[in-house]
Amino acid sequence: MCLGVPGKLVAWLDRDPLLARGQVEFDGIRHECHLACVPEAEIGDYVVVHAGIAISRIDGVEAERLWRELRTIGEATAPMPAEDPS
Amino acid sequence: MKYVDEFRDANTVDRLLDALRRRATRRWTIMEVCGGQTHSLLRYGIDEALADVIELIHGPGCPVCVTSAELIDNAMELAKLPDVVVITFGDMLRVPGQHGSLALARAAGARVRTVYSPLEALTFAEKNPQVQVVFFAVGFETTTPATALAVLQAERRNITNFSLLVAHVRVQPAMELLLQAADNRVQAFLAAGHVCAVVGYASYAELCRRYRVPVVVTGFEPVDLVTGLAACVEQLEAGRFDVENCYGRSVQAAGNLHATRLVDAVFEVCDRPWRGLGDLPSGGLRLREAWKHFDAEHRFPRSPLPILETTGCRSGDVLSGRIKPPQCSAFGSQCTPEHPLGAPMVSSEGACAAYFHYARTSCDTTASPATIECR
Repeated sequence: MCLGVPGKLVAWLDRDPLLARGQVEFDGIRHECHLACVPEAEIGDYVVVHAGIAISRIDGVEAERLWRELRTIGEATAPMPAEDPS
Repeated sequence: MKYVDEFRDANTVDRLLDALRRRATRRWTIMEVCGGQTHSLLRYGIDEALADVIELIHGPGCPVCVTSAELIDNAMELAKLPDVVVITFGDMLRVPGQHGSLALARAAGARVRTVYSPLEALTFAEKNPQVQVVFFAVGFETTTPATALAVLQAERRNITNFSLLVAHVRVQPAMELLLQAADNRVQAFLAAGHVCAVVGYASYAELCRRYRVPVVVTGFEPVDLVTGLAACVEQLEAGRFDVENCYGRSVQAAGNLHATRLVDAVFEVCDRPWRGLGDLPSGGLRLREAWKHFDAEHRFPRSPLPILETTGCRSGDVLSGRIKPPQCSAFGSQCTPEHPLGAPMVSSEGACAAYFHYARTSCDTTASPATIECR
């Protein structure tokens, strides 16, 4: 029930605070999502979508920091993937 | 998929598991609250990989499972009314109430539909003004912004044939209830990441202090889960009891203020009966007085159905972490996903369904009852 899927905001469709919507891309597939809870999101940002509404904007800097930290446990390997291949 | 694939990296998980095992000097008992995390832990075999150092207890974090049978009966009765369509999430359809399920009601002619989002239910209402649409609103704090937004948009778009049967529940009161139980064995919690994405985690600080229990905000991918478990073990080994955020890419301490503003505008905290756990003070949300015109129980008043005897299902013990699913005598025999006796066997996030799906169907009874392990 609390599943949230990260997707990339590729277009704003409506910026009204209550009716805010945009196109969010998940692995190359675009869905229209409600964006009232992430009005600060910019094109290219990743958001977590649950039940058709973005509930969080992903902090890319924090994700990168954690990724690097985890990679130091054991040997360092590849950098974090920059983008979806789509 | 970015922010998914890298957090499923097997080599990173292996290194984290090794580091965690090296840090643990004894076996700790940790509860993952969220049903989505339960499924990930079993799906990736993390429970088995850490069985020597962590006993995982599966929490009540499946809103479908804890929705009361009376509310499900209410939804069924509403769906039987002329010109009423009940819309809900697909997980709810086969969950048994006391008098059947929404799926059975639909088979008998009641109008029941499923959606991915409450806002789809609102769009259906707008396109079908000849019917009354009741959205059966199930979910933890993660889902409440979407439901609140549906109400606010209905008001703005003047959609009057839309109402809610509210079953929303709050996770922290359930955690407190478990900690207060005389037979509580939980020593640390993985807090549900997406609940915290909405409401934040600052309110856990008092719970940590009062019950001397670490709470670690954790995501859903294997790297996230092992990181969260390692943080729990680190705190337990060091004798610390703090709230800690291991899901920083999606969760801020204060949560999402835009989301909580929407929810607070529409809902208020109320007591709510949880299936398997009983009446839970402050355990739910209801519509505020100003939004009562969107309350289906207010719009379609009716008498409650008689309360029936319960079956041999021990879902209450499963939901409170007292037993593992295979310790219920009905598990896998009278109770299967095809013929469920209780909600945890139906829901995609229920612990019983997870054990059945990932073939953890027997218990190692050579272990002491307190550390019984299911495979």
